[in-house]
Amino acid sequence: MTDNEKAGAQRDLSTGEPRERGTEEGQNTAGVARAGEAAPETVGRRTGMFGVSGSGDTSGYGGLVRPTVYPGAAQRPFGPPTAAGATGWFDTVADGLDGLIEKVVIHRGEITFYVHRDHLVEAMRRLRDEESLRFEFSAGVSGVHYPDDTGRELHAVYSLLSMTWNRRIRVETTCPEDDPHLPSTVAIYPTHDWHEREVWDFFGVVFDGHPALTRIQMPDDWPGHPQRKDYPLGGIPVEYKGATIPPADQRRSYN
Amino acid sequence: MADQQDAYAGTSETTSGRVYTVTGQDWDTLVQGIGEHHDERVVVNMGPQHPSTHGVLRLILELEGETVTEARCGIGYLHTGIEKNMEYRTWTQGVTFCTRMDYLSPFYNEATYVLGVERLLGIEDDIPEKANVMRVLLMELNRISSHLVAIATGGMEIGALTVMTVGFRERELVLDLFELITGLRMNHAFIRPGGVAQDLPDGALDEVRDFVKLMKKRLPEYADLCNANPIFKARLQGVGHLDLAGCLALGISGPVLRSTGYAWDLRKTQPYCGYEDYEFDVQTWDTSDSYGRFRIRLNEMWESLRIVEQCVDRLAGLDGAPIMVADKKIAWPSQLAIGHDGMGNSLDHIKHIMGESMEALIHHFKLVTEGFRVPPGQAYVPVESPRGELGAHVVSDGGTRPFRAHFRDPSFTNLQATSVMSEGGMVADVIVAIASIDPVMGGVDR
Repeated sequence: MTDNEKAGAQRDLSTGEPRERGTEEGQNTAGVARAGEAAPETVGRRTGMFGVSGSGDTSGYGGLVRPTVYPGAAQRPFGPPTAAGATGWFDTVADGLDGLIEKVVIHRGEITFYVHRDHLVEAMRRLRDEESLRFEFSAGVSGVHYPDDTGRELHAVYSLLSMTWNRRIRVETTCPEDDPHLPSTVAIYPTHDWHEREVWDFFGVVFDGHPALTRIQMPDDWPGHPQRKDYPLGGIPVEYKGATIPPADQRRSYN
Repeated sequence: MADQQDAYAGTSETTSGRVYTVTGQDWDTLVQGIGEHHDERVVVNMGPQHPSTHGVLRLILELEGETVTEARCGIGYLHTGIEKNMEYRTWTQGVTFCTRMDYLSPFYNEATYVLGVERLLGIEDDIPEKANVMRVLLMELNRISSHLVAIATGGMEIGALTVMTVGFRERELVLDLFELITGLRMNHAFIRPGGVAQDLPDGALDEVRDFVKLMKKRLPEYADLCNANPIFKARLQGVGHLDLAGCLALGISGPVLRSTGYAWDLRKTQPYCGYEDYEFDVQTWDTSDSYGRFRIRLNEMWESLRIVEQCVDRLAGLDGAPIMVADKKIAWPSQLAIGHDGMGNSLDHIKHIMGESMEALIHHFKLVTEGFRVPPGQAYVPVESPRGELGAHVVSDGGTRPFRAHFRDPSFTNLQATSVMSEGGMVADVIVAIASIDPVMGGVDR
């Protein structure tokens, strides 16, 4: 963290904005929810208005600083609210995963269980097999690259569906960019075969234990992993009626 | 030159002259090895340019005689990086990209993405009724056109060319309706965050009514032509078998899942766009084979017609109702209109922003160039596309552009069943099995 960013984080604090994440990350024990952490968490921040710096922007908006605030960990009871105060099914699922969850995020009525990669296989097995959970259908794996989420840049997001109970949850696990390894879950959900290959192809996450982890969309000899944020979109400038339009990732645009 | 040894075929001088040797391997044992496989095992590469592989799908088949011992798919030939491209466009422009993924069901691509964006925006309950009914109308018409292509191309691939010609004949009528309502036959970008792009044109409902009336006459033709056709049944029955356990393990949804007799349809189980208010039945079959999937598709077209009729009835009472969310910070400022040269910006709107109101111009400019910001978070709102569960995993970091949009395309997932459906069967049945999955490579490769 540079001095400049530190100043930014402190400014956030002084203005009542949520704290920069990462300082207390190390002490995070594998409880269901972090006590006293209901506040949303900040992952990175955006400055200026146009996403570019040093462009001679004289609009005055270059000084804008906005934190990127993701929904924070939820507290028990998770809900959703039921009639007669019965336990919501979010809590039922959380109980089933007791001891395996880093944190639980509930946002817009969707629940996400953050699981450390060491516990991923065990969590998936429980989710599929236990009578009270029975997530027999997986909608696959989606990779996301958060370059600012230091130490956990690469996320793998699993969307699971219980047809028995008609419930849908999300399981999210992370790995750092310099150790991009996650355990494969093909043995539990065979449908993850191609999905994990796709995440490997696009994000460079190595799924240990995958039967044949090869590229699936890009050619076998393709260098790099195209959906990472630091991978350029590519493209060439297009000339039209004398004006030149730069490729999409080099245009001046709002951020 | 003569001194230089060829790495692959060296030479040596002997008393009887120069001897050339082929190096690298012991060819005697190699030839013996081949001789031991005295059967007819052969590896065949089929596609990606092949009329029967349902698009640019490449199959690697290991055959013993006519029996398939191993079947593998090679995909990626139609990868266009749509997901990556969407990260460089505004939330509204994203619709223009994702509609091109599964090009046979464009409205479903748009719908699932837009529903995800709307959930993140927290405006799910604010979508006007008319917009929702129009979405359902278009999606169900789209289901008909998509199933028609599934049946048509599936028929063509087994040599039933009449099925193809009649299938495309009716599909054309649906595309005409799309053109009337959205201005485009495919790749509409019509469903937008907050509602739909524009109101129904005059006379659209009458056209849809005529179409429904015509389809009720034409759909029985498919049943007459195929349902009891001995050749059709001989080719399809018992082919591409996949039971419920196999479907769940491989994440298979849609008609393939319903052909096992399990009535899972997201329109019923997890309704969106107000599907809970429509009367229709989930179609199932109990044979778990290609024939069952064909019959399900045929029956689902009837159900879609039922839903379309209900939509038309509702829309008749919603004349002039809003089609875009009331929040002007999200709603697209401009309306389109049909001019003498086709679809374009509404002249009234241009007059308003260019001649009457500076504020309206600023507002228009801000929304069109900058777009709206979507609160950080992630959402996944799947829809029941003609091929199964289609969902967009939409991630926002609070910006004006998607941080990540990942599409869980049913074609991609269902295609994984190729091996289990076709191994041990005949090579001709591979074609039938894949046609019964109905993968659309635009969706598989994205």
